Amino acid sequence: MVEQLVWAAIKFAAVLGFMSFNAIFLVWLERKVAGFIQYRYGPMVTGKPHGWLQTIADAVKLLAKEDIIPALADRKIFILAPLVMIVPTFLLHIVIPFGPNLIVKDMEMGVLYFFAVSGFTTLAVVMAGWASNNKYSLLGAIRAIAQLIGYELPLIISVAAVVLLAGSMSTQEIVQSQASWPYVILQPIGFLVFFIAALAELNRVPFDLLEAESELVAGYNTEYSGMRWAFFFLAEYGNLAVMSAMIVTLFLGGWQGPILPPLVWFLLKIYLVAFVIIWFRWTFPRVRPDQLSKLGWKYLLPASLVNLALTSLYVVFI
Amino acid sequence: MPAAVYGLNGRELADGRILVNIGPQHPSTHGVLQVIVELEGETVISAEPELGYLHRCFEKICEGWSYPQIIPLTDRLDYISAIFNEWVYCRAVESLMGLEIPERAEYLRVIMAELNRIGSHLIAVGTFGMDLGATTPFTWVFRVREDLLNIFELVTGARQMYNYLRIGGVKQDIPEEFPTLIEQFFAVLEEFLVNYETLLVKNPIFVARSKMVGVLTAEVGLAYAATGPFLRASGPRLDLRVSEPYSVYDRFKFEVPTGTNGDCYDRTVVRLAEMRESMKIIRQALAQMPAGEIRAKTPKVLKVPAGEVYTAVESPRGEVGVYLVSDGGTSPYRLKWRSPSFVNLSTLPELVKGTKLADFIAILGSIDIILGEVDR
Repeated sequence: MVEQLVWAAIKFAAVLGFMSFNAIFLVWLERKVAGFIQYRYGPMVTGKPHGWLQTIADAVKLLAKEDIIPALADRKIFILAPLVMIVPTFLLHIVIPFGPNLIVKDMEMGVLYFFAVSGFTTLAVVMAGWASNNKYSLLGAIRAIAQLIGYELPLIISVAAVVLLAGSMSTQEIVQSQASWPYVILQPIGFLVFFIAALAELNRVPFDLLEAESELVAGYNTEYSGMRWAFFFLAEYGNLAVMSAMIVTLFLGGWQGPILPPLVWFLLKIYLVAFVIIWFRWTFPRVRPDQLSKLGWKYLLPASLVNLALTSLYVVFI
Repeated sequence: MPAAVYGLNGRELADGRILVNIGPQHPSTHGVLQVIVELEGETVISAEPELGYLHRCFEKICEGWSYPQIIPLTDRLDYISAIFNEWVYCRAVESLMGLEIPERAEYLRVIMAELNRIGSHLIAVGTFGMDLGATTPFTWVFRVREDLLNIFELVTGARQMYNYLRIGGVKQDIPEEFPTLIEQFFAVLEEFLVNYETLLVKNPIFVARSKMVGVLTAEVGLAYAATGPFLRASGPRLDLRVSEPYSVYDRFKFEVPTGTNGDCYDRTVVRLAEMRESMKIIRQALAQMPAGEIRAKTPKVLKVPAGEVYTAVESPRGEVGVYLVSDGGTSPYRLKWRSPSFVNLSTLPELVKGTKLADFIAILGSIDIILGEVDR
């Protein structure tokens, strides 16, 4: 009993540590990559070299800020929304396999669990948007609901094809089944659909409609400041890391790779995917909400269905 | 029972519609413009620009100031293309006085004005990318404009509020290394234009966001007296530099780029093409420029003969005009400013009806307004 509790505590601390590290590292990486693309330096002063302490300094500043709740906001929901955002992000890490034995819990239903929990993000956005009692926040929340099914369906159907090939929903077994070929080669259409839909799920450019700065000021989190805002921010980058990890697990062979230890391979692949997503953000303009729905329903969904059908035929007959 | 909610023009707001104040504090109103927008979901039902947040009584102040004093004040109107304001004002005063301008001064005015046009269009295309959510072109633009501003600083002593033109000429001559600097800048600019087209204009998302969005038909544009690249993107080949060549513009060979659809895409493409034409003009002007005086002789205390005059020049935003009435004294009796931004902005309600909110921001950005000029 005691042993189990100690293990639970260790795993809890490990996931929390990984999440915080990612938030700090990815924010810094985002700003440096942005600087590199935009003929500027990004953070340089706080922490030498290259301002590596900047994110930590920002976090301290956010902790020290006054906690503002708008007078006309729905207090309870307003306070609850950041937690609804960050807790699922934490829970998502449970099924990520960092190495052959390095996983918090290898569930039989790992993939299903992952996508069920990640659906909470939209709930949090709607709660924040509604409770803020601000028109821009509300518009952000409306967009979240309107586009949800458009990208979630192709996302999950493209995963179904991978599950069919692997013959399991356990993330660990999916990784092991890619020993010879990673699924990005066997499932190119599925990978593309999944990647695009994952960008929409993450609310990243070109699909960052919920917080489209030039249109909705800051979208659903316009009224948030201080630590509550930091929770949204932390969750955003936590989700970026965990979704990159899922892309690596499902399509890029997970922790497998020659010479280097599995954990190193896994982290390298995660940050490569995260880098590509960050690269997109500083290169592309934003699509319009109706264009995203059109993309989801007219292109991604049929493509993922065809992909699933072809994969089924392959699994049954070959 | 809750009180009735009122929308635009005192009409009661229909159920399911909301009224959103976009601005004066908003990331993409390009200054302190307020637009009251009635939304149904994401669809814009109607929009109404509210002006006056940057009103500084420019026209009234002019009535108490002497003629040379007003020149730096005009810089503050369209602060992105200040040379054009100085130019149109100086032309008005000079034509009332019947002043002969030395030829070299005219060439210097053309060169500085066309450089300023490039700077202004750079900002226009950069901020338009920003409005569509592409942040990178915006910083690229400022990187290129930095070189341009350094040239301006060298010639005029200022980076934005130049105060370079004088009644009867210009403040000072260009330095010797000027042509080399210009060629260096043009090389940077050429590279930027190619990069910008690769990054943004050829991007399918950009095309989807701007093609056939905010279409201004030539009839509507002409009916509202819209001018500049904003109108030329719809087809009419109206450019004061060609239709009523002032200064020495009749001596240069250049095209007036026009669009066909009058959408946001065409406006961007026309602005990019105009930058290339400005480069042509500057190269020709530098080659043709004669030596000589840069300023006509004017009396110490400047008195303008009684009379009235309207002059206009083609600024990056369209026809900027001055209607000047003099009673023979040392300051204008009345000075009326025709600002192209104000006129172009008045087409906004027509353009945005029935579009989505995201398109509304794109259309507002594509008009390229400068609030300092809209409100004066």
